[in-house]
Formats: sequence, C-alpha cells, structure tokens
Amino acid sequence: MNINEYKGVVVFVEQREGMISKVSLELLGKGRELADNLGEKMTAVLIGYDMMDKTKELIYYGADKVIYADDKIFEVYMTEPYTKAMSTIINDRKPEIVLFGATAIGRDLAPRISARIHTGLTADCTSLEIDEENNNLLMTRPAFGGNILATIICPNYRPQMSTVRPGVMQKLEKDTSREGEVEQYKIDINESDMTYKILEVVKEEKEKINIEDANVLVSGGRGIGKADNFTILKDLAKELKGQVSASRAVVDAGWINKDHQVGQTGKTVRPGLYFACGISGAIQHLAGMEESDFIIAINKDSEAPIFEVADLGIVGDVHKIIPELINQLKIVKENR
Amino acid sequence: MNIVVCIKQVPDTTEVKINPETGTLIRDGIPSIINPDDKRGLEAALTLKDKYGGVVTVITMGPPQAKNALREALAMGADEGILLSDRAFAGADTWATSTTISKALEKLDYDLIIAGRQAIDGDTAQVGPQIAEHLKIPHVSYVENLMKKDDKLILKRAFEDGYHIIEVKMPCLITTLSEMNKPRYMSVRGIIDSYREKEIKVWKLDDLDIDDRSTIGLKGSPTKVKKSFTKGAKTAGKVFEVDNEEAASIIVKKLQEKYII
Repeated sequence: MNINEYKGVVVFVEQREGMISKVSLELLGKGRELADNLGEKMTAVLIGYDMMDKTKELIYYGADKVIYADDKIFEVYMTEPYTKAMSTIINDRKPEIVLFGATAIGRDLAPRISARIHTGLTADCTSLEIDEENNNLLMTRPAFGGNILATIICPNYRPQMSTVRPGVMQKLEKDTSREGEVEQYKIDINESDMTYKILEVVKEEKEKINIEDANVLVSGGRGIGKADNFTILKDLAKELKGQVSASRAVVDAGWINKDHQVGQTGKTVRPGLYFACGISGAIQHLAGMEESDFIIAINKDSEAPIFEVADLGIVGDVHKIIPELINQLKIVKENR
Repeated sequence: MNIVVCIKQVPDTTEVKINPETGTLIRDGIPSIINPDDKRGLEAALTLKDKYGGVVTVITMGPPQAKNALREALAMGADEGILLSDRAFAGADTWATSTTISKALEKLDYDLIIAGRQAIDGDTAQVGPQIAEHLKIPHVSYVENLMKKDDKLILKRAFEDGYHIIEVKMPCLITTLSEMNKPRYMSVRGIIDSYREKEIKVWKLDDLDIDDRSTIGLKGSPTKVKKSFTKGAKTAGKVFEVDNEEAASIIVKKLQEKYII
C-alpha cells in the first residue's frame, strides 16, 4: 500500500427511503473543513436507487464532487451490496479519509468495509483534526464507557476511516450557487450479492422525537421526583420552543420513553440551550450533552457535579423555580 | 445446532470513578463482568440449544483472568470454553482482534456465531462484523429477536426508526443488542459443573494457523492510540443560591442576553 497515492476526503452519504440522512450533511460540513485543511477535494458517495435528483443537494452542502451508484438492489440498505459498492469505489479512487455516520447503518457497514480493504476504523469520533506535522487524521473518541477520551491515529494504512455520531459535527449553510461534478458509477451487482433477504421493512409509528434537532432542551433527572412532574418541564419547553429530554435514570424508571434519553447510552445532543433540571451530572450523562452551547442547571444539591459544567447554576427547588420562570417568561412576552 | 458465542471480559465501566485530585481513572476494585451485549448473545444461544439441541461453545480473547468470564458462561449452560491468550495477541485494535479470533473460529464447526454488538470499554461495535468478513460469511447486526427455520434464521434487525425482518442462511454471524432478552442466572448445579465437568481450553499463538504474524497484536493493528486523557473540566460558570423569584429572573435575563427569547 503506497500511502502517498491516497488523496482526498470521501463522505459516505446515507439514505433511507430516498431521503438523505441529516448526519451525512453534517459530515459534508466536516469533510469540507478537512479537505480544505489538506488542500484536497471532498467527494460525496451516494449509494441508492432513483436518487439522481438529490445529488445536487450534496454539492450545495459542500461536496466538490458526487459519486452516485444507482441500482434497484441499493434501494434499501443491505450489508453486502453496500460493502461491495463502497469497497470498489474506495479501492478505485483511493481517498485518504472516509467518513461514515455512526448510525445503525454506518456501524454495520464501516467495520465490514474496513476488514475487506484492510484498513483502520475508529468509531464514534467526537472530534477530527489534521495533524500539522504529518497530515495524519487525529480521531478523538470516548472510551471506557465515556470516562476517557482517546486520540487515535491510523498512520500506516489508507484510507483512514471514522464513524461520527449524528449531532456532533455541523452542516454548512446550503449554498445553491456551488457547482460540482456528479458522476454515475456502475457497480457490478446482482442477486448473488444479496447474502440475506429482507422479508419486511417496518417503520415504527412513534411520535417523532428528534431531540437531536432541538435548539432548546429542557431535561429532567431523578430530582424531578415522578413522571407527572414532567408536565412543568413540557410547559417550559413549550414557552422556549424546545423539547423535553431526560437522563437515563428517569428513562429506566419508566417516567418517559427512551427516545428522550440523553447520555452515553442515549443520544448525543448539542443544543443552543440545555436546561438540566434535577440532574446530578453523572459522567455518562455529561457525555451526551456537555457540548451544548449554554447549560443552565437547577438542582437542590449544591455539590452536584452538574454545576461543574453548567454555565449558569441555580441551587434550588426545581418544582418551585420552573413555574416561577414560566410566569416571568409569559410576562416578558406580554410586554413586548 | 453448533453455536459459538464470542464474549469479552470487561471492567464494569458504569462503576468507574475519577480521582478528583489527579483527574485519572480509578481502576482498582472495578469488578470484571461479561460484557452485557455478549451475555444477551449467550442467552440467545442457550435458548436455541434448549429448543433445538446442540453444542454452545464460548470463546474469548484476553489475559488469563478472562477464564473467569468463560467459567460464568459455562455455569449458565455453555458446553465448552476456549480462551485465546498469548502475549502475541496483546495490544490489538479491532482489526487485529478480529483476525485472531477468526483464526480460532476456523478450527471450529459452527452453524451460527454470536457476538455482542459492542463492548462497554471499547464501545466500537466493530469486531463482530469484521470477524464475519474474515470468515467470508454473512452477518446481521443489531439483532433484537431471532427464530430458526430449517437451515435459516429469521431475525428482527433494529434501526433507529423501525426494523427489518431478515432471513439469512447459516452459517452466519449475528451481533446482539442488550434489549434482546434477560440472561438466565447460573444455577448451583451449573456452577459446580463448570468446574468439575466442563473444559476450558487455552489456545496460544502456536495453536492457531497464523502464517502472518503482522496481522495480529499491536504490530498488526492499523489504528494506534496516540494519547488518552480524561476530559478537561468544563469550567464552571456562576452558581446562585437565591430565592425562587430572583432565580427565575436571573435565568430570564440570561435568556434575553442569549436571544433565546
């Protein structure tokens, strides 16, 4: 493997039901930054069916070029067809960096590819930088259950591959004046490449809880006391046009469902404002929200670790302060 | 059915604390456990064995103390245990780990290989799919439910917003989620048998057909740790202990300052 032959950044663009996943747009943003840093090009690779009209979006969100592999077999994600397609493209075009979303698709696909093409893969990266000394990719990720951070490098193999969770990187502003090339790439694929059969595809009709999209999160922990008390948090969230989220303790207790869970085993969020109400601030919870722009914590216990990361801390009773806060917010609104 | 379950002995990372003075991990006294996702995989294997008969073998790569994890698995009902332990395997990243374990699996007869989705110390979810690739068998990850139908498995494969029902022919590999089942407890008989009746084999480098030593251990790892560190403390902001009205008004002022309202 001649490392110097490998140039450029590739972002694997994930699609479900013909729609591009948000995490892929976020990765285009990061890919753009890495490519600019290296003085190289950034290519978006889309594998799907009948999605030619969506490829321009990828240019608008930062790609210099799109490689689009189209086939009916690619309509719904399956491990082997996607592994074959992506491995073929990587071996042909030799990028030095490939990024995947750390999703139920990415975390299935990327390892299989890494084994097939014999290269290093780093999972769930929270930060990606270029090492100025040697242009290696510095991949930083939590380990040991989120208790430490490790910076990983892949010095002798190419491409350097990473998966990144949704909500960690930021997408660029859509720029419809951007231009770029779209290339249709033919993959030699047929029925024998389908190593398993999908019998049924089921979308679950849950209320769409996308706390990762919210700009304001009002989050409840054990200090909330009981399930009913989430009502005041919902009211506050409504006043601030935000959503309700929760710590793991509260989800495990059954007060609210897992879609709202923030933390190491829940979702990673980075809203503009994170209200931590009755949340002590265990490391596993912080791992999911400490990148929030502004953190306000309300807790009865002045020793709670959450106060060490909060930008504004209030020691007090959540049940009294939040209703008072809602009142004052309503007054401010009326007086506009 | 011949089922091989890959397990890992891990420190219970939910119990880890940080030394407030040095900012480093306190690793002493942390209990070692069978990785939770793997335990569900083992339970799935034992359930299949209860239903269809067969042999369940557990395999792990680790230092000598990983024998304890195998013992626990045997006490739950697994039939045989294999420990892959050798200095040459140490320092492996996921690629080198999967290569080593695959070499061991090549020596075994299996219809199904089960691995947990991810370990609570490495958190990568990579080794299972990589093993399947090295063995050139299909894999399905994020399995929440499974049923056997002749030489095939019918699986419920989870996604964030739903699931697929997948049919796959054996031999194959699956990775299991912790939501899948509730692992059984060890019985007293099981514990006694695990010491008296059942065998744990220890395989070293020479027991595996590894022609190319550059594919294992630290040397065989494409990824390397450049550095590791505990997160720097996010510096605390101001903390107020005032009456409710004042608290609320401080918050409102801050929200206005930040243009949230």
